[in-house]
Amino acid sequence: MLVSYKWLQEYVDLTGITAKELAEKITKSGIEVETVEVLNKGVKGVVVGHVLEREQHPNADKLSKCLVDIGEGEPVQIICGAPNVAKGQKVAVAKVGAVLPGNFKIKKAKLRGEESHGMICSLQELGIESKLVAKEYADGIFVFPSDAPVGADALELLNLDDEVLELGLTPNRADCLSMIGVAYEVAAILGREVKLPTVELHETSENVADYISVKVEATEDNPLYTARVVKNVKIGPSPLWMQTRLMAAGIRPHNNVVDITNYILLEYGQPLHAFDYDRLGSKEILVRRAKAGEKIVTLDDVERTLTEDHLVITNGTEPVALAGVMGGANSEVQNDTTTVLIESAYFTSATIRKASKDHGLRSEASTRFEKGIDPARTKEALDRAAALMAEYAGGEIVSGVTEVNTLKQEEIVVTITLDRINGVLGTAITKEEVATILTNLKFAFTEDNGTFTITVPSRRRDISIPEDIIEEVARLYGYDNLPTTLPVAESQPGKLTPYQAKRRKVRRYLEDAGLFQAITYSLTSEEKATKFALETAEPIRLAMPMSEERSVLRQSLIPHLLEVVSYNRARQIENVAVYETGAVYLAKEAHELPEEKERLAGAVTGVWHAHLWQGEKKAVDFYVVKGILDGLFNLLGLENRIEYKQAKRDGMHPGRTADILLDGNVIGFVGQLHPSVQKENDLKETYVFELALTDLLHAEVEEIRYSTIPRFPSMTRDIALVVDKDVIAGDIQKAIVEAGGELLKEVTIFDVYQGDRLPEGKKSIAFSLRYFDPERTLTDEEVTKVHEQVIKEVEEKFAATLRS
Amino acid sequence: MKERLQQLQQEALEKIAQASDLKALNDVRVAYLGKKGPITEVLRGMGALSPEERPIMGALANEVRAAIQSALEEKQAKLEQEEIEKKLASEAIDVTLPGRPVRLGNHHPLTRVIEEIEDLFIGMGYTIAEGPEVEKDYYNFEALNLPKGHPARDMQDSFYITEEILLRTHTSPVQARTMEKHQGRGPVKIICPGKVYRRDNDDATHSHQFTQIEGLVVDENIRMSDLKGTLQAFAKKMFGEDREIRFRPSFFPFTEPSVEVDVSCFNCGGHGCNVCKGTGWIEILGAGMVHPNVLEMAGFDSKKYTGFAFGMGPERIAMLKYGIDDIRHFYQNDLRFLQQFNRA
Ligand SMILES: [Zn+2]
Repeated sequence: MLVSYKWLQEYVDLTGITAKELAEKITKSGIEVETVEVLNKGVKGVVVGHVLEREQHPNADKLSKCLVDIGEGEPVQIICGAPNVAKGQKVAVAKVGAVLPGNFKIKKAKLRGEESHGMICSLQELGIESKLVAKEYADGIFVFPSDAPVGADALELLNLDDEVLELGLTPNRADCLSMIGVAYEVAAILGREVKLPTVELHETSENVADYISVKVEATEDNPLYTARVVKNVKIGPSPLWMQTRLMAAGIRPHNNVVDITNYILLEYGQPLHAFDYDRLGSKEILVRRAKAGEKIVTLDDVERTLTEDHLVITNGTEPVALAGVMGGANSEVQNDTTTVLIESAYFTSATIRKASKDHGLRSEASTRFEKGIDPARTKEALDRAAALMAEYAGGEIVSGVTEVNTLKQEEIVVTITLDRINGVLGTAITKEEVATILTNLKFAFTEDNGTFTITVPSRRRDISIPEDIIEEVARLYGYDNLPTTLPVAESQPGKLTPYQAKRRKVRRYLEDAGLFQAITYSLTSEEKATKFALETAEPIRLAMPMSEERSVLRQSLIPHLLEVVSYNRARQIENVAVYETGAVYLAKEAHELPEEKERLAGAVTGVWHAHLWQGEKKAVDFYVVKGILDGLFNLLGLENRIEYKQAKRDGMHPGRTADILLDGNVIGFVGQLHPSVQKENDLKETYVFELALTDLLHAEVEEIRYSTIPRFPSMTRDIALVVDKDVIAGDIQKAIVEAGGELLKEVTIFDVYQGDRLPEGKKSIAFSLRYFDPERTLTDEEVTKVHEQVIKEVEEKFAATLRS
Repeated sequence: MKERLQQLQQEALEKIAQASDLKALNDVRVAYLGKKGPITEVLRGMGALSPEERPIMGALANEVRAAIQSALEEKQAKLEQEEIEKKLASEAIDVTLPGRPVRLGNHHPLTRVIEEIEDLFIGMGYTIAEGPEVEKDYYNFEALNLPKGHPARDMQDSFYITEEILLRTHTSPVQARTMEKHQGRGPVKIICPGKVYRRDNDDATHSHQFTQIEGLVVDENIRMSDLKGTLQAFAKKMFGEDREIRFRPSFFPFTEPSVEVDVSCFNCGGHGCNVCKGTGWIEILGAGMVHPNVLEMAGFDSKKYTGFAFGMGPERIAMLKYGIDDIRHFYQNDLRFLQQFNRA
């Protein structure tokens, strides 16, 4: 809402308060004043001039040579390029020495050989936005009414000495979508009175009933419809003061009738519509829901197809307006209009919102209906509009108002005690202070022993419960005066849940292991949604996505982590190691919420470790990533319950991928991307993993229990086994552990060989076995006995031979 | 004989002094103190002495021997020391060459901010509540006093999946769910961090996905002054001891009264600068007293219980705190961006 500081003074005394001070006070009390715009954009020295003569410039087709009386000394010659300049006009003249916006100084000039002592200005040249300039002056100079005094300050006449406050209104403060509403707010803040406009109606002896009858079918959508008829109007420009106020409020002047409806909309917050009575085509108004497929051409010359959701004003048969949103072209007020039907109605917000949304039409009127207007002003606004049309369009007001009123207005009465106010706010406000605030708000109330009974005025539809009154008191009392305390309730210790604490440790571990935490989008494309997913479900699609790329919820974190790797590689960052923890979304039944499972995923590529001058350089490979994960399982106390199994997965290298099992159940995988996927994404050798974090962190783990530090020496025996190439080390290790029994405490692989020194198709794996007993020193014979048993078993099981 | 011994001592000490390495020194030892050495020889000739002279000469011989021995040891120690130093000097390295790097990643800046805030409130006795990102319309809107048709819940602003299910537009549904779980019994004291989604085009200041942290306290006798005190304590811990806060009246459907909370600018201390756009204040939070409808819908008696709630955006806080100019940085994961947030 744009509020003219000068116009506001009509309703509330602003003596002693500048626009800027007022803005600060309003902001502090709850409505944010976003800007205070000074309308004068640095203009100086512009006066009203009278064009005494106008003739064609001798050397230029498009220029006029004018003789202009500017109210000082001899008339001056001014060359003007505007097509609409004419003899007899009162115009805005920037005198020699004047300044226009952008610090543009007017000097004496010679234009095509003719002297020019100043410039005749358009409104745009005075700093008014083009979209606010009336159509007739849009492409030329502005023409003042003929009674404008020559030599007078043009800025003052154009109200450019005004300042405009832009209010950022929250949805609850629709009451401030009108000058009168703002006046009430300002009066409450300043503790001053509100002066309402007085309406004097001079009606003819005719009865409005002879002109029009109104029927409302859709009373739910339209509980109140009032109308008046004004005849013998003369369409012409509205008075300059009205035009300038409209422009200050961001509305382009049109003609007197339309301007008056807009003026009332701004003043009362009551949208009006003016129909050309003679173009209605009947003597009746019927308000009803549109029929499906019914059509109307609106004022913007667009044919709109309606549905049963839309409310229309009809002449009994044809729609003549899309109610509350836009009038119809068929009944538009035009230059030859003589009789006007003014509509002032109350349409409920839901129906207007629907229509305005469906047709992409947001107007000053629809906005107000959507946010809710005060039906108590509907009739008064109608009267005032009729009176203004009589005054400024020469009309005669037909006697009476046609009205259909099914409104069930209940008075809202709120009761609240002083104790409750102070109890909720933590203040010690007195009864008298509360009474002053309510009085300033112009709320009717009684007070009995600290209990306030307040009748809420209909303009404040946002107030209906005691807490609303508390807020009114708080904001006008001033939040700066609120004490600072802390809750006094017994305090409980705050703490992360075990899950949250573990998740933090997991993140910290991965970071300390060299991975950066990434956060990527949950929405992805349909194509990417299920890629790499540990488990898949029906893709969850947005009803109205903004793009295909962000249309479906992800089921794996890997696709977006690969985007991160690509993004960085495209910026010459070759070595990338990132991880992410986040939800994946797995659909259940359509009416149910999907299951959200937290995943941990990573992508690693490039050089893992380089210490070049010492000759160290290690590229990322499967075992680098596996090592990181092993450390993670250790951290979670799961190392003995985890197993890696060679696996084949879509998008993954078939020979370099492992499923990861926890207690025999797959909880994730790790491996190299399939080379074709690498190529598609413009990646080099890249390793990824994804784990079911929820399952990992919820896995029950035993509490730490101290075990005795061995006091007796251990014995280590190494063996190198030659086996077939496809025998898996993990299987042998498992067999060794089983065969070794109690005494075998540790098995380490320390060498793997494959090559010339072995027969074709064979490889050798060397294990180091450590035996000990915490209770005593083992004898050589004991260990030898067990060790030989181990060797025997693996030889048999894997057709292994000991390598000498 | 006495002269002979003194002469031997003299000679030996000179040779010891001259010895330049351990081998030469050992030669001196063997030469003078060995079984075939001159001192032994001298002592052998003691038989020719008178019984009175014998002990005197014996004592003298021992003195000479001891003197040589001690000189030898001293020299030995010195030579050994020199040898060690020589060896160490040969082992010298260039300490300016780079060390073997330890590879480290770090938190995403949003996690950094979120964990800092979480920890501040944990310290004040809060626990952390989490909830689904795909949410029921009921918890996202209705339970928060945003009935169907409410202007603040335009379909255009939310990512709906079905008419009843959408991506949550704030973390407030976690508040509603948590209150519901408490079955009308206080106290509730939680912080809810998480991802939220709105139908915005991604640009420098908008992101269709972003994060939020909300807080909620419900108990008997919770006052708005408690909200002010809590947020003041938070602001001081998060942005510096000198920070002040101020409340500006505002509107949210789920709180009444509602306020926006400004923190005095941590860049200029409140004098006005480009961070605070010259006002000295930075808007950080939305807050208010929990609307009685919200309490009642979650099963709390709004006559008995009151509560406060507040919410803030980690992106905004990170942008202000670290001077980040574009919200898209958080989701592009450029390593040159991420690794700037590595300090403890
Ligand atoms: Zn500042």
